[in-house]
Amino acid sequence: MANDVVIEIDNVKKQYRLGTIGGGTLKGDLQSWWARVRHKEDPNTKVGSKVYAKNEKFMALNGVSFSVRKGETIGLIGGNGAGKSTLLKLLSRVTAPTEGEIRIKGRISSMLEVGTGFHPELTGRENTYLNGAILGMNRREVDAKIEDIIEFSECRQFIDTPVKRYSSGMFVKLAFSVAAHLNCDIMLMDEVLAVGDMAFQKKCIDKMVSVARDEGKTIIYVSHNMQTIRQLCSRCIVLRKGEVIFNGDVEEGIGIYLRNDEVTAKLFNDFTDCHKFNFLTDKVMMDSIEVLEKEICRFIDDERIRFRLKFRCLENVEKLSFRMMIHNNDQVVTATSVCYNFMSCKKGESYEKIFELDVTPLASGVYKVLPVLFEINEIGGVIDADAVYPGLVFEHEKTTVLDWRSKLYGDTALDDMICIE
Amino acid sequence: MKNNKDEWTIVIKPKSGWFDISLKEIWKYKDLIFMFLKRNFNSSYKQTVLGPIWFLITPLMSTTMFTLIFGKIANISTDGVPQFLFYMCGNAAWGYFSTCLTSTASTFTGNAYLFGKVYFPRLVSPITSVIYGLLSFMIQMLLLAVSMIIFAARGEAVYPNIHMILLPLLVLQMALLGLGVGIIISSLTTKYRDLSILVGFGMQLWMYATPVVYPVSQAAAINPELAKLVMLNPVAPIVNNFRYAILGCGSMDYKYWAISWLVTFVFLFFGILIFSRVEKTFMDTV
Repeated sequence: MANDVVIEIDNVKKQYRLGTIGGGTLKGDLQSWWARVRHKEDPNTKVGSKVYAKNEKFMALNGVSFSVRKGETIGLIGGNGAGKSTLLKLLSRVTAPTEGEIRIKGRISSMLEVGTGFHPELTGRENTYLNGAILGMNRREVDAKIEDIIEFSECRQFIDTPVKRYSSGMFVKLAFSVAAHLNCDIMLMDEVLAVGDMAFQKKCIDKMVSVARDEGKTIIYVSHNMQTIRQLCSRCIVLRKGEVIFNGDVEEGIGIYLRNDEVTAKLFNDFTDCHKFNFLTDKVMMDSIEVLEKEICRFIDDERIRFRLKFRCLENVEKLSFRMMIHNNDQVVTATSVCYNFMSCKKGESYEKIFELDVTPLASGVYKVLPVLFEINEIGGVIDADAVYPGLVFEHEKTTVLDWRSKLYGDTALDDMICIE
Repeated sequence: MKNNKDEWTIVIKPKSGWFDISLKEIWKYKDLIFMFLKRNFNSSYKQTVLGPIWFLITPLMSTTMFTLIFGKIANISTDGVPQFLFYMCGNAAWGYFSTCLTSTASTFTGNAYLFGKVYFPRLVSPITSVIYGLLSFMIQMLLLAVSMIIFAARGEAVYPNIHMILLPLLVLQMALLGLGVGIIISSLTTKYRDLSILVGFGMQLWMYATPVVYPVSQAAAINPELAKLVMLNPVAPIVNNFRYAILGCGSMDYKYWAISWLVTFVFLFFGILIFSRVEKTFMDTV
């Protein structure tokens, strides 16, 4: 239904000028202007640089169009500099677009950074009213909600204490509570849920979900945390370099964003000019990992990954071990496989070893591996010699009744249960 | 089919008209103005021993200082009015104007952290400053009234007169002129920080160009042309007439006051003009 549309973003562009804006001082600008009048060289142009780049422009948003219907929860994702925050700024009217038009139906509120406008000297209660007013609520509206807000914030005991005495946790809890109880139709959120302890974070997300579902509020949520996007959003918009590259299903969008962002799965992984971590002893150095017997780096069901590891030995190592730490889409370690004391190596030699890694318990999805060569010292401590991330990227596909790709069932599929009696 | 165009509550467009200030919208945010006032009041005197008594102490101290330096040491004439009252009166008027101007001038730079996060009509900030300034101005007026009663009881020459009915007009003009000049400066400081340095220093100079510590008659005694020059300063007729209405010293001046009103409107007009241009995108340049 066309009448359901509450936000319509129509070919919006936002342009920023690169470099410092103007000379920075009135004197500088006057100098530049005077020089231009006399057709002389601008004294404020940097030596060696081209004539002051009037045309050097940066499009933070380059023709973004989409519309949002009432009650939708939109997840906005994209890498740094993709234009997510710029878009939220435009929507919340902090700054104006360079081109295009945004049409909004209903009241819009942003909780771009919780606690904005909190005054340290005022009490929690006074700040609640102040913050409510800043976010566009009038006194009566706050009056009606103040009990809910205090209740939700878990700060009742401290509500009449100046917020400067609050712990940072209490501060954000109260700030979130104010923002979450706003009287508005559309809510903009930028990473705000990454506050408070785990229990409160969960409470926040539950609140947001209920707000979207029960109160029919429309939410636009920006985050780098794919897990919360999954929990919260009904639709996903992926931005890249100021353009919408995907608009639709959440899981698909997350996949597109992550694939876009990261190295793709390839068979031969060369580490010669790779970023190394600085906590390593560098007694051995990995040169490459090559997946064997495969056309593409994709493993179905009980297929195992067979790969060749090439490495050099720079110092003698008695007992060398090797482990593969498997990371999921959200860069969290899901599983690790180890090969203990597989050899000892001599200084100056190069080696090639073939390993077989069993990834069958993993759920369907794309994984990144951190391979680590390490030794175990006399007292049993693990000392890492070399590591590269991502040393290997692969895709695992599981064909079962349950859809493991949706991540609904976690990252690991344990062996099927047996009914004994 | 219904025409969707009319249903949109907000339409965000790149460029707005030149005079894009919605008074209706500001009225909708009146609670915010009130909360800001409360915040300013509560926060400025929290954790002070004397609290709001500071509202009384500061004008008393500066008036005493003025009386000592300009009255006793420099021995500047005060048109036969008790020096203490003369300075307190001028000080209150100038003080209010100056507060309006300086606090308005830092609207954008001082609130950048807030403006960068949420939207509310930006004019709310300077309006708050102007109203907040009024509070301390009122307290000074009360103080002045008390002092006048004391001086009158001692038989000194104090002549409050019918021109007092013009006081609201004078106060309004102080606020408008301060607001006008202030928002011009605030709009320009988003790009040129030089001005924010100039403000503190400039206000000091401006005070001496205004008959605050001296009566206009003193300037006229040196050179009648100088007195005319002094009165061309838009604040001069305000302070002069303000003092005449309350203390009955000097004379009421209408010619220069009219010019002063004209200047006030010009400043206010251009101020709002520039302000409405800047407020939409100042976050990109501040």
